[in-house]
Amino acid sequence: MVHGGAIIDVLQRLGVTHVVWIPDSEVGQWDAALAVAESLRLIRATREGEAIAIAGGLCLGGCRPLVVIQCTGLFEAGDALRNMVHDLKLPLVFLIGVRSARMAKAGQSSDTCPVFTEPILDAWQLPYVWLPDPFGPADLETALERYYKARHAGAVLIPE
Amino acid sequence: MSMALEDALAVITKQRSRRVVISTMGSVAVWPELSDSPLDFHYIPSSMGQGPALGLGLALAQPNHGAIVLCGDGSLLMNLGCLVTIAQHPAPLWIVLLDNGQYEITGGQPVAGAGRTDFAALAKAAGISRVYSFEMLLDWQNAAARIFEGDGPVFVWLRIIGRPGIKTPSPPKPMMEQIVQLREALAVDD
Repeated sequence: MVHGGAIIDVLQRLGVTHVVWIPDSEVGQWDAALAVAESLRLIRATREGEAIAIAGGLCLGGCRPLVVIQCTGLFEAGDALRNMVHDLKLPLVFLIGVRSARMAKAGQSSDTCPVFTEPILDAWQLPYVWLPDPFGPADLETALERYYKARHAGAVLIPE
Repeated sequence: MSMALEDALAVITKQRSRRVVISTMGSVAVWPELSDSPLDFHYIPSSMGQGPALGLGLALAQPNHGAIVLCGDGSLLMNLGCLVTIAQHPAPLWIVLLDNGQYEITGGQPVAGAGRTDFAALAKAAGISRVYSFEMLLDWQNAAARIFEGDGPVFVWLRIIGRPGIKTPSPPKPMMEQIVQLREALAVDD
């Protein structure tokens, strides 16, 4: 897992101003670094749809947020995603942890998270790209940059 | 006692200053009759319950402006956790809860806990220190100037007379036109 300091460097180079998140057990390891980062502000939300709406307000107001959630929260947050990305056409970028993706790939998981993540993203018409497993800072930067540079909404998926 | 929505919102027009006003649901039908500012944002089409969160993001992004969110009780109940988030991230944000105890647009059905829920207590328990509650228009009118001074977040709970069966309001301008206008007013590059 990439350490928090490297994540901060990536996000700083991308001009990310706020990370709006509900951490899972993997990206949660970045919490300490994000909390004290000088180049961005960490916003802790209570629910994933709320995180998306906060990011929408930040984006409307001229900031560049990153929404970091787990796929379970994505499933919950569909209406907020639909509204912010499609009604308001805001170029929100998501970093989404996909629970049990590694085990599912090995045929060793009965968790339905990997089953539904891609179909849900397809249904919400949100383009996505997978990070390699394991991934490095350069992989993350390249994946996120494509959306920020194009000013287009999209998701980067972390196999967990 | 409760107050008419039009009267309650008219108080805000005198105090909003340069703040962005986000109207949601039923207030979208009234606010355009009272105000025509590029800093008005009529949040329709919306994701019900996300107005306060949207306002928090805007207030954090634009602290020199700040934001006022006109939110119904049915909407707030869909996202009560936002009170905790708002309390944790100080910003020039005013949440004005327009509590009529019902879902007006769907025919006036009562919301869960209508008439029993203490929204001021909820806001305080969430950690918002500046919380106000008004049943009488005159009290709201007399206190408004003081309420809109100082730092946010601020939570104002107003008891409003319901208008069951009103039609779903339409914003006076299409969403994309509103966004362009708001961003110009905020001097935000697209």
